[in-house]
Amino acid sequence: MCTLEKRGNLFILTLTGDSDDDHRLNPALLATILSSLREAKSQATRGAVLITTSQGKFFSNGFDLGWPESAKRLHQMVQSFQPIVAELISLPMPTIAVVQGHAAAAGFALALCHDYVLMRSDKGVLYMSEVDLGLPLPEYFGVLFRAKVGSVSARRDVLLGGMKIRGAEAVRLGIVDGVHEGEEEVKEAGMRLGEELGNRKWDGGVYGEMRKGLYPELCGVLGLEVGKPVLPTL
Amino acid sequence: MCTLEQRSNLFILTLTGNNQHRLSPTLIAAILSALRQVKSVATSGSVLITNSKGKFFSNGLDLPWALAAGCRVKALSRLSQMVESLVSFPIPTISVVQGHAAAAGFVLALSHDYMLMREDRGVLYMSEIDLGGCLPDYFTVLFRAKIGSGLARRDVVLGGRKVRGREAVEMGIVDGVWGGEERLGEAAVELAERLGARKWDGEVYQKMREGLYPELCVVLGAVTGRIQAKL
Repeated sequence: MCTLEKRGNLFILTLTGDSDDDHRLNPALLATILSSLREAKSQATRGAVLITTSQGKFFSNGFDLGWPESAKRLHQMVQSFQPIVAELISLPMPTIAVVQGHAAAAGFALALCHDYVLMRSDKGVLYMSEVDLGLPLPEYFGVLFRAKVGSVSARRDVLLGGMKIRGAEAVRLGIVDGVHEGEEEVKEAGMRLGEELGNRKWDGGVYGEMRKGLYPELCGVLGLEVGKPVLPTL
Repeated sequence: MCTLEQRSNLFILTLTGNNQHRLSPTLIAAILSALRQVKSVATSGSVLITNSKGKFFSNGLDLPWALAAGCRVKALSRLSQMVESLVSFPIPTISVVQGHAAAAGFVLALSHDYMLMREDRGVLYMSEIDLGGCLPDYFTVLFRAKIGSGLARRDVVLGGRKVRGREAVEMGIVDGVWGGEERLGEAAVELAERLGARKWDGEVYQKMREGLYPELCVVLGAVTGRIQAKL
């Protein structure tokens, strides 16, 4: 499922399972992720940082749609995933996704919800499989991609072209912030970045509002209020 | 005017004749009819390639027609139907810019999913600023949708820059350049075959494209009353 641990001021959310587990986002896992995020939020102090990662070959292979894929089930999953996106976009601390394996569809979207995305250079691809699977793209996914992936041709290649993107290419396309060779290396890099960001000791409330202000269209489609004035505590 | 041929799963729309391929009412009607024809027979795995012959891809609207009293609005509305048809096309589309593409000609090329150009010949040019003509809403929205760089848009739209192949790649306007018409044509077929092999479902592909360009769909819908993208 998933675990939440605290190491110093770092909250580490890990999707657990054996090396072949593709960490499909089923209702139970989505509920656990959501409650973990709320837990981290409730315990947040200045300098807190969230790191989300996974174990094994996959970061996450997207929604658990079962077979045959049903439109009703997809709709339920899309509804259940939305609060997680909303929670991450408003979380009162910096967030880092450490993508140690393949991230597809909603799994890719989950990674993109984070402020920083690190990936492996030697393993794993990012892939929006919807066009190949013949599944509609939820509206807020499209808005998320517009918010987080600046290049119009990259968005076309990813969403319309169903491109499978390896680490180095993901950096070139402006989708991820950095790549590292090896699972241990990328996780250590995530921790180092977490420490660096934590040392800035940002006010969480201000940070969360600042982030929401960067993505007004996304907040709109998620129903998040933007622009609540937060007075700095000096 | 224009021809439409089918080569297995590739539909090839060609603007024929050794001329400027000015978008006149007749040519626009011919293109629209060809697009409708492709839509009616396309299957999953089909791809559209739009190309042209000679020195020009297309030098834009037929000016005497467009400038004639009361015709400008009609001309731009006819053109918007062409853009709308391409934006809601159920299969991947590739424009092969073998020569100059100016104004509405540039818009036609840009309305495709992928744009390939010659490295050694031809420029892309939004001539309106030099000619003293304003751009309709859907032109600017198309440019914002398809060209990500604000500086590139400024140079092209506001600066009337004539952009050659290499530069068009650097500015993020075209997807690639090739030396010579033959190599360009081969590259287009190669890309089409790669895209066609994915056998995408037409309805899914069309909705995915509309989802990529919601603002464009809204403004085109407003012009033609058809496309309704969920915002």
